[in-house]
Amino acid sequence: MTGQANAGRPNQLLRNLQSKIASIPMILTAVVIFLGGTLWTVFYSFTNSKLLPRLSFVGLDQYERLWAAPRWLVSIQNLAIYGVFSLIFSLVIGFLLAALMDQKIRFENTFRTIFLYPFALSFIVTGLVWQWILNPEFGIQSVVRSLGWSTFSFDPLYTPSIVIYGILIAALWQGTGLVMCLMLAGLRGIDEDIWKASRVDGIPMWKTYVFIVIPMMRAVFITTLVIIASGIVRVYDLVVAQTSGGPGIASEVPAKYVYDYMFQAQNLGQGFAASTMMLLTVAIIVVPWAYLEFGGRKRG
Amino acid sequence: MKLRLLAAALAATVVLPLGIANAADLEVTHWWTSGGEAAAVAELAKAFDATGNKWVDGAIAGSGGTARPIMVSRITGGDPMGATQFNHGRQAEELVQAGLMRDLTDVATKEHWKDIIKPASLLDSCTIDGKIYCAPVNIHSWQWLWLSNAAFKTAGVEVPKNWDEFVAAAPALEKAGIVPLAIGGQPWQSAGAFDVLILALSGKDTFLKVFGDKDAEVAAGPEIAKVFKAADDARRMSKGTNVQDWNQATNMVITGKAGGQIMGDWAQGEFQLAGQKAGVDYTCLPGLGVNPVIATGGDAFYFPLLKDAEKSKAQEVLASTLLDPKTQVAFNLKKGSLPVRGDVDLGAANDCMKKGLEILAKGDVIQWTDQLLSADSQKQKEDLFSEFFASSMTSEDAQKRFAEIIASAD
Repeated sequence: MTGQANAGRPNQLLRNLQSKIASIPMILTAVVIFLGGTLWTVFYSFTNSKLLPRLSFVGLDQYERLWAAPRWLVSIQNLAIYGVFSLIFSLVIGFLLAALMDQKIRFENTFRTIFLYPFALSFIVTGLVWQWILNPEFGIQSVVRSLGWSTFSFDPLYTPSIVIYGILIAALWQGTGLVMCLMLAGLRGIDEDIWKASRVDGIPMWKTYVFIVIPMMRAVFITTLVIIASGIVRVYDLVVAQTSGGPGIASEVPAKYVYDYMFQAQNLGQGFAASTMMLLTVAIIVVPWAYLEFGGRKRG
Repeated sequence: MKLRLLAAALAATVVLPLGIANAADLEVTHWWTSGGEAAAVAELAKAFDATGNKWVDGAIAGSGGTARPIMVSRITGGDPMGATQFNHGRQAEELVQAGLMRDLTDVATKEHWKDIIKPASLLDSCTIDGKIYCAPVNIHSWQWLWLSNAAFKTAGVEVPKNWDEFVAAAPALEKAGIVPLAIGGQPWQSAGAFDVLILALSGKDTFLKVFGDKDAEVAAGPEIAKVFKAADDARRMSKGTNVQDWNQATNMVITGKAGGQIMGDWAQGEFQLAGQKAGVDYTCLPGLGVNPVIATGGDAFYFPLLKDAEKSKAQEVLASTLLDPKTQVAFNLKKGSLPVRGDVDLGAANDCMKKGLEILAKGDVIQWTDQLLSADSQKQKEDLFSEFFASSMTSEDAQKRFAEIIASAD
C-alpha cells in the first residue's frame, strides 16, 4: 500500500511529463527574456547610461527630461489620437463589413479575399504604398486635379496638423480586413434559431444586431479589442515607412522615440525611461480591465 | 571553410613577392549609398583588393542615422565587422572607452600620420587618451550653398554671391515656380543647415562659444537671434521641398526645380555624377558666401578589436591603404571631399574643390558639431530643428529651446 502511495505522489509531478518538458523553453523565455528584460530595462532607466549600460544612478532625471521633451509629448498625443480612432473605426467598419457579408451574398469568398488581402502585407509595404497614394505630386491629389478639379487639395502627409490621420487611413486599410474576418466568424457562430425567432417577433434587423447579436458576440469583441490594442501601442514601422516621423516631429510615436534615443542618440537611459512609460500606460489600461474581465468571472 | 582557407593561402603565396604575408576577407560597413558615394567607395575597395586582401562591402542604406545603430549593435553584440565608417568625433567615443575598438597607434607611428595628416585636428579627433583609434579618410565640410545656375536664369535674376542676395532673389524664384531652397525631410539636414547658418552669419567665435563652451547665454543672445531670423527665412524658402533624402534634394537643384541647397560638399559627388560642371551648371558658395570658413568634420574608419590574427593584420593593411596618397586622390575626387593629406596633388580637382583647398591652406578651419557635441545633444538639436522647419514655431520660441539644449549639452 505504502509503495503504491509513494508511487502515486511523484506521479502528480510526472504526469504529462513530456508536455512539461516541452514547455520549459517557453517558460524560460517568458521568465528570463520578457520578465527579466523588463525589470532590467526599468532598473537601468534610473541611471544615466549612454551608449552602454552603466550603474550610475540619477534618480528620476531621465523621466523629468522625458516629460519636458516636446517630441515625447507630441508622440503621446499622436498615439492617443491614433489609438482612439483606429479602435473605433476598425471595430465599426469591420463589423459593418462582416454584417454585410453575412447577408448570404454572392461571391462572398471573393469579397472576403479582397478585404483580407491588405492584412497579408507588412506595415512597411503598407506604409510605402500609402506614402505614394497620398503624395501630392502623383497620388490622389494629382489624379483628381488632372480630372479637372484644379484646386483640389488633399495632402495629409505634408500637413503637420493632419498627418496622423494619413497614417490612420493606412492602418485602417491594412487592419480592418482581419477585424472583419473575426467578426464574421462570430456572426456565423450565432444560432440560426435566434434569427428565426426575432423574425417571428417582427424585430427589425438592425435592432436584432444591436441588442441581441452584438451582446452575444462579447467574446469575439474582446479578442478583437486585444488584437487591435496591442497593434496600436507598438505602431512604429508604419510611421517609419510612411513619414519617418515628419513633417518635422508631427507624426512621431512613442516607440520611435524609444528607438531613436536608444540607438541614434546613444542615450540608453532616456530610451529606457520612455519604454518604461509605455509599459506603464499599457499596464494602467490592461490590469484593471483584465482583473474585471477574468478575475471577476472566476469568483462569480 | 577549407576551400576558403585554401584560397586565402593561395592568394597569400601569389602576393608574397609584394611583401604581404597574410590575406583575409574584411567586411567594411559604411553608409555611402548614393550614386557619387558608391563610386567613391569602389575606389577604396579597389585599392584594398590590390593588396591581396578582399574588401567585403557592407553598405547600409538610409544615411548615418539608420546605419550607426546597426554598426554599434553589431560591435557591442559581439559580431564585429572588420572595419567601419563613422564620422570622426564623438560617435564612437564610448565604444573606444569600453575597449571594443582597436588601438592603431603602432600603424600611425610607423607611417608618420602625425606629420602627414593636415589639419592636425583630424587626428586629434581620432585620439583618445593619447592613443589613435581611427584612420581619417576625408574632410567633409558642411558650409556650402549649392546653387543651380539654370534655375536663376529661368527666374531672370543673377546667380547670388552670398546668403543675403539669395534671400532677396527668393521671390523671383518662387514666381517662376521654383522652390528657392531645398531642405530634405530627414532631421539631420535641417539641424545641419542651421549649424551652417550660425557659423556663416555670426562667425567663428560665436560658433565656438555656443558649441565649444556650451555657453547658454550666448545661445540665447542677440547674435544667435539674428541667425534664427535667417533660419526663419530659410524655412519660408524651403516650403514645398517635399522630399526626404538629401540626394533627392540635391537632385532638385541639379534639375533646376530648386534654386539652392545648404549641404555638405558630399553633394558635389551628385553634381559630378549628373555630368554638371562647377561654375557653369552650378555655383558653390563656401560659408554661404559670407564667411568662408570650413569645418573639418568628415569620415574615418574605426577598427573593432578582432580575435582573428589574420584579420587583424588585414586591418593594419587597410588602415595604411586608406591613407595612401593614390587612394586619397582617387577616393576624394569621386566623393567631392578634400584629402586628409596636405601633400597630395589634386590637379584634377574642380572649381569648388579648389575653393575648399584654398580655405584649408589658409587655415580657416574649425571643428564641427559632430566633434563638439555628444550624439545625444545632436539628436535633441535635430528634433528641435526638424520641428522648427516643418511648423510655424516662432523663432523666439525656437531660440529659447535651443538655449536650453545648449545649457544641458555634453
